[in-house]
Amino acid sequence: MATETSPAVTVTQMPTFTEATLDPGVPPGPIEEKWEKHKFNMKLVNPANKRKFTILVLGTGLAGASAAASLGELGYNVKSFCFQDSPRRAHSIAAQGGINAAKNYRNDGDSVFRLFYDTIKGGDYRAREANVYRLAQISTNIIDQCVAQGVPFAREYGGLLDTRSFGGAQVSRTFYARGQTGQQLLLGAYQALSRQIAAKTVEMHPRTEMLDLVVIDGRARGVVIRDLITGKIETYVGDAVVMATGGYSNVYYLSTNAKGCNASAIWRAYKKGAYLANPCFTQIHPTCIPVAGESQSKLTLMSESLRNDGRIWVPRKADDKRNPNDIPEGERNYYLEERYPAFGNLVPRDVASRAAKAVVDSGYGVGELKNGVYLDFSTAIKRLGEHVIKDRYGNLFDMYANITGEDPYKVPMRIYPALHYTMGGLWVDYNLMSSIPGLFVLGEANFSDHGANRLGASALMQGLSDGYFVLPYTMGNYLAQATLGKVTTDDPAFKEAQYTVDDQVKRFLAIKGTRTVDSFHRELGKLMWDDCGMGRTAESLQHALTKIPQLRAEFWANVNVPGGGNDLNQELEKAGRVADFFELAELICLDALHRNESCGGHFREEFQTPDGEALRDDENYAYVAAWQYAGAGVSPILNKEPLKFDYVKLSQRSYK
Amino acid sequence: MKLHLKVWRQKSGNRQGHLVDYELDNVSPDESFLEMMDLLNEKLIEKGEEPVAFDHDCREGICGSCGMVINGIAHGPKAAVTTCQLHMRNFKDGDTVVVEPWRASPFPIIKDLVVDRSAFDRIIQAGGYISVSTGSAPDANTLPVGKEQSDLAMDAAQCIACGACVAACPNGSAMLFTAAKAAHLGLLPQGQPERNRRAVLMINQQDAEGFGGCTNIGECEAVCPKSISMDFIARLNRDVLVGTIAGAGRVEA
Ligand SMILES: Cc1cc2nc3c(=O)[nH]c(=O)nc-3n(C[C@H](O)[C@H](O)[C@H](O)COP(=O)(O)OP(=O)(O)OC[C@H]3O[C@@H](n4cnc5c(N)ncnc54)[C@H](O)[C@@H]3O)c2cc1C
Ligand code: FES
Repeated sequence: MATETSPAVTVTQMPTFTEATLDPGVPPGPIEEKWEKHKFNMKLVNPANKRKFTILVLGTGLAGASAAASLGELGYNVKSFCFQDSPRRAHSIAAQGGINAAKNYRNDGDSVFRLFYDTIKGGDYRAREANVYRLAQISTNIIDQCVAQGVPFAREYGGLLDTRSFGGAQVSRTFYARGQTGQQLLLGAYQALSRQIAAKTVEMHPRTEMLDLVVIDGRARGVVIRDLITGKIETYVGDAVVMATGGYSNVYYLSTNAKGCNASAIWRAYKKGAYLANPCFTQIHPTCIPVAGESQSKLTLMSESLRNDGRIWVPRKADDKRNPNDIPEGERNYYLEERYPAFGNLVPRDVASRAAKAVVDSGYGVGELKNGVYLDFSTAIKRLGEHVIKDRYGNLFDMYANITGEDPYKVPMRIYPALHYTMGGLWVDYNLMSSIPGLFVLGEANFSDHGANRLGASALMQGLSDGYFVLPYTMGNYLAQATLGKVTTDDPAFKEAQYTVDDQVKRFLAIKGTRTVDSFHRELGKLMWDDCGMGRTAESLQHALTKIPQLRAEFWANVNVPGGGNDLNQELEKAGRVADFFELAELICLDALHRNESCGGHFREEFQTPDGEALRDDENYAYVAAWQYAGAGVSPILNKEPLKFDYVKLSQRSYK
Repeated sequence: MKLHLKVWRQKSGNRQGHLVDYELDNVSPDESFLEMMDLLNEKLIEKGEEPVAFDHDCREGICGSCGMVINGIAHGPKAAVTTCQLHMRNFKDGDTVVVEPWRASPFPIIKDLVVDRSAFDRIIQAGGYISVSTGSAPDANTLPVGKEQSDLAMDAAQCIACGACVAACPNGSAMLFTAAKAAHLGLLPQGQPERNRRAVLMINQQDAEGFGGCTNIGECEAVCPKSISMDFIARLNRDVLVGTIAGAGRVEA
């Protein structure tokens, strides 16, 4: 693995790529029957043989914990890793709003097909139909599983499950546990995992960070781990590796993600040959608390579910300094309700975010820094009473009040979009296997299912679908057929990977420069937000592509990583992550530059309809861009997976 | 504003630790406590010193990673928040702020403000779950659960396992943590079959980890960032009693 320390390419024009076509291995047959038939056709591992297989699972979020627990239940020998001090603290814990499922308990016209349709359309026709259909089918099993585990979903007085609606859907299919749905689902998976740890089918390794993937004879066979307490660099052999290490929003420094979220696992797998798909598909969430000042270390999301009852507006007069409650109805611009009468405040995230940016950019922003829009609950409080609103969103309101010092029951909230989720990730086939045989990728770390824009409450669904219900089948199918030779950590591939990781640690400690890791991270994040954020142009992307290598070179020459390598050293951990963010940032911009269209979260300002909506180019870009590493300083190879839409007709998205 | 900080520094678990004085200027009232610590660390690194190690991740009060004893109170002076949710507007210019790690023998110090809370994981592993394997669940609505019941279960389920309850308790008891999990599962119909056995197994593990007993002092409830009620402890005690009479935990122990 080469570490790119000096400016690699100075892009003055689009680099030339080698192109190849990718086959996702979707089974034949009608879409409704594919998964059932495939499950039957897949090979099984004899129960007595399962314990002979070791599976290394990286990450204990919804995807990783559900996978590790389910594989353990099946009898495999599982080793699970996470960097937090406990698997229960994975970033999934922070998800607030809810999880979608096509239960149609409300009799409001929901169905598997509708959830499938909404997801494909919401993703702006850049997702693989077969995977999305399977996800919609499995969605109903997830709710059953979680209820059985004791997840305390919200209930109606009759004792049955309550639901609410979310952006991009006209039915009420989102199940929730107050404003802590992710926490409750993760605790369900964590408890299932704990049961397997007690049963000794899963060996848990908290406070460890995976820093390299080991590939032998073309297959993923192990990992290199740094023990974050002792600094020891260790190697583990497995028959397969599962990566469920989450998304990479923190490339942008300020995001709604937990501080530790990082791209190192997927990036290092990329450098070992796993393709990275659609990295430029990043999601900006419309409802976050606006930035308050320079020292801000992260942004806080206000769940999208708030858009159910909150109305978004800005004053009709620019630079209006009046107290929002003193601004009469007629002088308020409910811009989403006016522009999108059918969906109103519930348009998908990308649409809502861009609309907010447009009003703020034209001077209508509210708050001291004029960097927000109002989310107003007064109408809902009048209609339903404060207690109902409190019941639905109490903890979110408390959170808001605590952060801003303002009372949202009395004054409208101020919100603004922020980086939130990354649809891009490692490319996987229908079986969730990457381009490296034996490396499976789940949850936000893979690229599947959400196309160019994810609908609210669908990430939790996807993570649990992958971990509980897809991987346990496809993993067996792989292990039953693969011829896996005996491998030990003495293999040169392990030694080399271990050496590279060790070497990187030593280099960081030796630089002894003058700037902190955070200062570089902040600068990179700002650059990415300005040049490759909510709106992108060829020009801004070229600018980023010239700047990033320069900043990266400075980082490698001038970063200050204090302390040593043999104990807990949080600056060292951050340095490794930021080094990877630098390299990934470049690929994100390259991908964004190559995609000469706007779709979902990827809004290229050159490509828009006369009324400012994203303008896709289906003829030339209806494909997944799966990038293949070709060496330091060399343009990557572009592998295209063509997307065919047999069940949902390609059309211009409209939420009017 | 300007603060006089006294921060616990300890190289590692087996070394002596002590409070170190730092003067910190330009702290903004809008910053969170952890952002203030970031600022301190940035200054330390610039001076060539090692920054203060502390656990954190979500920075919005839900992951349970962060935890500092601030001026003698776990998670600081404001009720019902975690350290990461505590804003500097709760302090005044010129204040002296003492920052220490959780102190309890089942939570050994790893470095500075970082402690090892894996004992909590082992309590859950001992029985804090419903034994249901993937794929074996009936339709979710076949089992109605009353709203009040479900809401109460949710009140208990909110625990983030930060460990403030243990740090605040003069006995170093983990009863609020264990009780919250026992109540969450024990209040739901799905959790009934294993209810008493679960309580006994978790309590046994809690004792084995060296946590102290509960004498109803109430410090735990006072510092809990999720305001989890001590009433759940009474429930746990009852379940343990019933379970012990029924012989739970004996075979396994
Ligand atoms: C504030 C917020 C609210 C959200 N609300 C919702 C919602 O309401 N509904 C919804 O559907 N989605 C929501 N999402 C999105 C959703 O929470 C995430 O996409 C999802 O939880 C990701 O789960 P995961 O299992 O893929 O990864 P994560 O939960 O991010 O877990 C990653 C795991 O990988 C481990 N890890 C990472 N790197 C390494 C490494 N190198 N070595 C070892 N371990 C590693 C970590 O320790 C962790 O255990 C929200 C997201 C945010 C930020
Ligand atoms: S950092 Fe997650 S609770 Fe404080």
